Amino acid sequence: MSATILFALGGSALVGLGLYGVIIHPEPLRKILAFNLLGSGVFLLFGVVARRGAAAGLAADPVPQAIVITGIIVAFAATALAVALLLRLFEETGRATLPTDPPPAAGAEP
Amino acid sequence: MIIAWTFDAILAIIVLAVAGWTIAARDTFAAVIGFVAYGLLLALVWVRLAAPDVALTEAAIGGGMTGVLLLVAVARLRAAQAAAAAETPGAALRLVAGGGCAVIAAALAASVLLLSDPAPTLAPAAAANLPQTGLGNPITGVLLAYRALDTLLEKVVLLLALLGVWSLAPDRLWGGLPGLKRHARGDDPLVFLARLLPPVGIVIGVYLLWVGADDPGGAFQGGAILAAMWILALMAGLIDAPPVSRRWLRLVLVAGPVVFFAIGLAGFPLAGAFLAYPEAYAKPLIIIIEVVLTLSIAAILGLLVAGPPERAPPPP
Repeated sequence: MSATILFALGGSALVGLGLYGVIIHPEPLRKILAFNLLGSGVFLLFGVVARRGAAAGLAADPVPQAIVITGIIVAFAATALAVALLLRLFEETGRATLPTDPPPAAGAEP
Repeated sequence: MIIAWTFDAILAIIVLAVAGWTIAARDTFAAVIGFVAYGLLLALVWVRLAAPDVALTEAAIGGGMTGVLLLVAVARLRAAQAAAAAETPGAALRLVAGGGCAVIAAALAASVLLLSDPAPTLAPAAAANLPQTGLGNPITGVLLAYRALDTLLEKVVLLLALLGVWSLAPDRLWGGLPGLKRHARGDDPLVFLARLLPPVGIVIGVYLLWVGADDPGGAFQGGAILAAMWILALMAGLIDAPPVSRRWLRLVLVAGPVVFFAIGLAGFPLAGAFLAYPEAYAKPLIIIIEVVLTLSIAAILGLLVAGPPERAPPPP
């Protein structure tokens, strides 16, 4: 088993782990963290594809690698925006979660 | 061979273990610390995948900048953490989610292992046309020549994200100073670091920008390190962030994309296509774009971490 295959398996596992975190964590901050984990797993798969494309004296295909660099920066920008939204939500409501159902008002008639 | 393989296997296991920790940890602060460590370990994986350019970007941005951003957020959200943890879903839902995610991971792994062999690659085309650009680093060639449109649009995305962050400021603070005001005392280790590191960091950032034409490095990596030095000095309280209404600041922010776009438009009369460079001037033009881009990237990344304005603008 070559190192490329090893990292391909690792990247796939990271996507699964990240997705799991996005689903089960109620805190948006943990979801943002897990989403970054998911993204880095996808980037790693790009890296594996790039490494498999080694040719013409280059150790890897530069096109997927360049796309990953762009992707990391865009992921950072999206994370910064998400964190800013979350902090504003906390400032406005004092809560750091997004409950799916608003709690029923006490004594309200159905 | 065996040693390299063993190293890769151990590295992969540690990366997965740290990733699992960032998901499983109860305390959000601990999870974020795990994420920073994860980013640095992942940079090692990128080195092993023959991608030093990506490794530099991952270490600087994926680990460092995202880590600072999340740490600041954790500190502010501490009060709400206990209430949020009470909403953790039950064991049944976790089991279903875990099973579904395992299936997705397995399907991904299978599809990567079953990819066609030999793999399709653009490496020969990238290598063959590299001399025309005057560059030695094929990644920089892809970013600033072959796929320059992607890089240009990415700068626009960065600017839009910054506008989005700024627009979250309440009306009365619009045009004011971003957060990140720290009350560090004069003898804090942070203040010491903020005095010690920036001179070295600025040289490394400029160096990465300059060697990026021929060796691993470039505008992104250099810009990220310059931004990190700025944030360090901001957090230590040695300098203050400028009010976001300052005209010079806005000029620095848009200079990179504007110069890039202008040189791209000049490609129509000079080389026959948008973002095409006349062959004799390809390298100088790319260097000009990279230098201006580095400044814009450093300013944008720094301000993204600093967040929306939180203090009223000074009277004009």
